[in-house]
Order: sequence, then C-alpha cells, then structure tokens
Amino acid sequence: MLAAGIDIGSRTIKLVVLDSDADRTVTFRKSETTYNPLDECLRILDGSRWDLLIATGYGRGLVQKRLGCGTITEIQAHALGAHKLFPEVRSVLDIGGQDTKAISLAEDGRVRKFEMNDRCAAGTGKFLEFMAAGFQMPVERFGSFALQGKEGLTINSMCTVFAESEATSLMAQGNDPAAIARALHVSVVKRSVSMLKRVSPNGLLVFSGGVARNRCIVELMKQEISSDLLVPEEPDMVGALGAALHAIGRSAAE
Amino acid sequence: MSETYEQMWSELGLDLEAHDALLQVLGKGYQDIYMSQSGRAAGMEYFNFVMSEVHGLRVKELLDGKKEGRKVIGSFCVFVPEEIVRAADAVLVGLCTGADFAMEEVEKLLPRNTCSLIKSAFGFKLGKVCPYMESADLIVGENTCDGKKKAYETLDKLVPNLYVMDLPQTKSPEGRALLKAEYERFKKAVEKLTGVEIDGARLKRGIEIVNNKRKAVHRLAQLRKADPVPISGLDALLVNQVYFYDDPIRFTDSVNKICDELEERAATVNGAFPENTPRILLSGCPMAVPNWKLPWIVETSGAAIVGEESCVGERGTRNLTDASAATVDGLMDAIVDRHFLVDCAIFTPNPDRLNHVKEMKDAYGADGVIHYGLQFCQPYQMESIPVEADLENHGIPTLRIDTDYGMEDVEQLKTRVEAFIETLR
Repeated sequence: MLAAGIDIGSRTIKLVVLDSDADRTVTFRKSETTYNPLDECLRILDGSRWDLLIATGYGRGLVQKRLGCGTITEIQAHALGAHKLFPEVRSVLDIGGQDTKAISLAEDGRVRKFEMNDRCAAGTGKFLEFMAAGFQMPVERFGSFALQGKEGLTINSMCTVFAESEATSLMAQGNDPAAIARALHVSVVKRSVSMLKRVSPNGLLVFSGGVARNRCIVELMKQEISSDLLVPEEPDMVGALGAALHAIGRSAAE
Repeated sequence: MSETYEQMWSELGLDLEAHDALLQVLGKGYQDIYMSQSGRAAGMEYFNFVMSEVHGLRVKELLDGKKEGRKVIGSFCVFVPEEIVRAADAVLVGLCTGADFAMEEVEKLLPRNTCSLIKSAFGFKLGKVCPYMESADLIVGENTCDGKKKAYETLDKLVPNLYVMDLPQTKSPEGRALLKAEYERFKKAVEKLTGVEIDGARLKRGIEIVNNKRKAVHRLAQLRKADPVPISGLDALLVNQVYFYDDPIRFTDSVNKICDELEERAATVNGAFPENTPRILLSGCPMAVPNWKLPWIVETSGAAIVGEESCVGERGTRNLTDASAATVDGLMDAIVDRHFLVDCAIFTPNPDRLNHVKEMKDAYGADGVIHYGLQFCQPYQMESIPVEADLENHGIPTLRIDTDYGMEDVEQLKTRVEAFIETLR
C-alpha cells in the first residue's frame, strides 16, 4: 500500500509517502508553511498518490477537515518515526518551530510519558529564529556562529522578549557576539533538558525536529545529558514519517 | 430573555449592557459546547432550560422568595454548610466564579498572579454582572487558600454584607474544634439574619433536603460506571454545577428523573459514547459555570470523562450528614463531622485526597487521570506533583494540566490531551 504522512508544523510542512509492500520511501517533500497552510498542504500533496493519509502537527485539523483524513498528534508521530529509525530509542526530544516535546518511550516504542511547553514558545525554533534576526543572520547559520563563541556568558530569561533584552545588554557591554549567541543556545538547551528530566529518560535519546539541524544545540545537548544522543539525517521529517507509519498500522488493523 | 428581566436586573444594579454581552457569550458557549453533543438524555432538557434562565427565572424566584422573607446567602465554597441555611428556610447559592470578566478592573485590586476563580468573583462584582451576588443578603467568604482569604479583605470593601468564616488547615482535634466553633457562629449569624431559631426539627429537615440532593448525584455517579458510559462528562459536570444554583428539591427530582432514564438506557446499551471509548477521571480544582474548557477539550478528543474528583463533583458531595442525633448539638456535630471529611488541598497533610483519586479511578474504570490545576492555585498545583508521581508509581497514566479561563492555550492543550488519550488506546 501507499501510506502518506503529512506534518503541518508552524514553520514547515513535511510529506512522506511510503510504499509498504516495497518497503521504500516514494515521496519526501518539505515546504514553508506560509500564512496559508491549507493551500501549501494541497500544493505539496499535489501529484502524490496514497491509499491512506494521516495528518499530524498543529495544522492537522485543517487538513482533516478538507480531506477527511485521520490525524495523530505530533507526539505520537515523532515517537513512531524515531522508533522506526532507531528501534532501541527510549526517549525523544522534538524541538520544532513553536513547540518542544520531551517523550519517553516503552521498549515497544509506545509513548510512556511526555511533556510539552504550554502557550509560550520560549526555547523553541521560533526563539532561535527571533534571536538570529537580532544578529542579522539567517537562522540556518546561527548555530555554527554560536559554536565559535566562548563559554561563560549566561542568559537567564526563558522569555523571548526578556532574553532579547538580556542579549542587547550583553552587546552593550561589549561582549563577543558569538559568545552571546552561544549563551542563547545554552538557555534553549537548559530548558529542553529540564523538560526531558521530567519524563525520566534513560537509554538512547533521539533528537528530532527542525532545531536538531542546529549544530550548536546538538553539541551542547550532548554535553548536558548523560545518555547517548542521535540525530536522524532528516530530523524535521520524523513526524511525517511517523504519520505515514501510523497509516500503515491503521490500514493493517482494519 | 433580556426584555423580560431587564427591569429586575436594573433594579439589582447590574450593568445591562455588560450583562447582555455576558449572556450572549454564555449562550453561544453553551450552544457550541453542550447542544452540539449527540445522544444526550432527554432529561438534560431541564438543565438546558436552567442554563437558559440562569440569570433570569432563577433570580426572579429568589427575589420573589425574598419578598416573602426568604433570605439569600451566597457562597464560594463547599465548606459553607447548606444544612444550616436550609434549616432557617433560607437559600444558599453558589456565586459566579467560572469566567473572566472586567479583568482590567480586577487587576487594579488583585495581583495578576491570582487564580482565575478568585479573579472571576471580583470581575463579576466589578463588572456588575452577577445577579446572585447582588441578590444576596449575606455573602460568605471562607478562609481556605491564602489567595481567597486575602482577597476577602478587599472584597469586604466592595460589598456591604461579607461574612468571613475561618477554616482549619489540619485534620486535628484542634482543627475540628475550630470548625465546630465556626459552624456554631455561622448558625447564630443565619438565625440573626433570618429571625428563625434553628431547632432540632429544622436542622433535621435541612439535613434531609441536602442529603437527598447528594444522594441524587451519587445515583448519577453510579450510572457512570457502565461501559459505554450513559452520560457525557460535560453533562454530568453541568448537573454538579447546577447543584449550587437550583432549588434543591426540584434539582433532586430532575436528577432522579435523568437517572431513571439512564437506567433504562443502560439496559439497552445506549451510551453517550461508543463502547471502549477511553475513560478519564478528572481530579483537581473546581470548575464553576461556565468553565467547561478542559472537559470540552477531552470529550472532543475521543475520550469520555467518567468522574470528577473535585469540589464541583465528588469531593463536594461524597459524604452524607448523619441526621440521627436527637439534639441540636448532636446534629451540629454531625454537620461538622461531615464537612471535616472534605479533602480539600488547603489541609496539610491531605492523604485522603490521593486515596480517593485511586478509589475513584478503580470504581469508575478510568483508564487515566487528568489533573486539573488552575494556574496560581498553590494548594492544588503543589499537590499535583506528588499526586502524579504516586499515580504513575501505581501504573496509572496521568496528565497534569495547569491552565486558566483564557482560551489562548486551547490548541496546545488539545495536542497534549489528544496525545495522552493516544497512549490510553
């Protein structure tokens, strides 16, 4: 069968179509969410075929309403995707555009417990994007820039607005911009680690979501946690993969 | 409804324009959340009616009663003993605390980090939109949490008739003695207000009326043990909310009628949700009308709520008052004993509550527990962490939600609740 998973995130939309008979990926696409996510979904789905489609991500309800497909939460989707890529995974950290999720998994890959940030987007991709803008660079370059910075500076606030004013003060004191950028990355890592600790992770940790592309966050995360950490080759596609896997499971159950 | 009651509301001093806006929001919320449910009991029609007249006919009844000398006492808490109020032929009503209103005004008097429930009471007062508060001859504030007891100092300046009841914080003999003394003092205050001397026969009658009301909600709770569950959690919550407003005898009859209907339904396996729908026990802070946010999210995310470990729910109504004593003092002792069992989080320590959560989880066949904490409600938020840890140690899936009356976090909550329900399937 052709099983499709679409993950409508706050920043990007991801589509994965699996051919379960041939055990291969037939479609693998990503695009910006824009201000009109439904149109973008229809565009990314255009030309693809599937027997069953499952939507996930914050826009899942939108696609469900339009296409009548099933949905799962991004928490289940990331758990499924990470478990497929790394069967020995015991916890998943997903940092996306506006949400951070820490998930602990049972041995069979089922979600055991999870934590998620509430209404505030502190410590998420949005936070990094906002800060990168303050350094006048694209968010894609922000991580490698921060890696050049020295350790030692601290940003205490988790709030995007307060953290920015802290960063501004540090700049005004003449500190090295890269070191300030590093401190901002440290604050994201600290917050994520404390969320992870609440789900009592052990064993292998998989880091997924768009922020896992940030090298500085990955490096700092490895220093902060005691467990092994793996980043999938395409960390932001894990949710869409999970949704497609769920479609296979659901079709088998029917 | 507006035109019929406009004069009444304006005589009560309500701000008609603001009140109208409130009723519109309330009406729309009820329509969207309640009337969109399918497979409801026919008996819920009564509760639809009560809600449509919650600021209308019910208030008129109270005012008509007042003309005949029936005093109205307003309360914010289940520790205010209704038995004593009924014994004096007075009426006890719960005051409005379930929605944000006039927040800019409220935050001039209370810190921002005050829980929604306390802010709401002030909002209804300052916005002049609670006909119950304006009808009340006496408003009882009770020293439960720090937030409430300090807020009453401020409320005292806004209303002419606040009576503050002290409450114990420990389940010790000294704590019980304090509660007894406070209930004796309250009895005297009610006697003074009503001009009625409360004798044994009156107290027994008061106890009987209130016990019957409790027994009716017990009966409803029993029915929710069935799978499929015959009534939605939203509807059951509404019944528990109307408990605080309605005429007690009419309320008891109406709940019993619903139970008759649901008993018949159960025989034909006709549930409010399909069989094997994941079952949730809610535990935590009370949900006053029209605070339906979390139950609405849960029940539109594929689960059914089968019980509420809450003051608007089983914590408030679990125990009956023993009416067997022959003397006024004996009956007052029974009322004290009954209320002293309420396992509110203001007590320290408070082990009974955790035990009740586990008992209810088993009794109602819940698959998981959602702990509901109002942001800035220290007692329940503090308890939520050990409650969650203990439940999880017992293998009971638990989700801890802290939120307020605002709607900005609905999407995030929906994701969390849905993900929790996914783990229960």
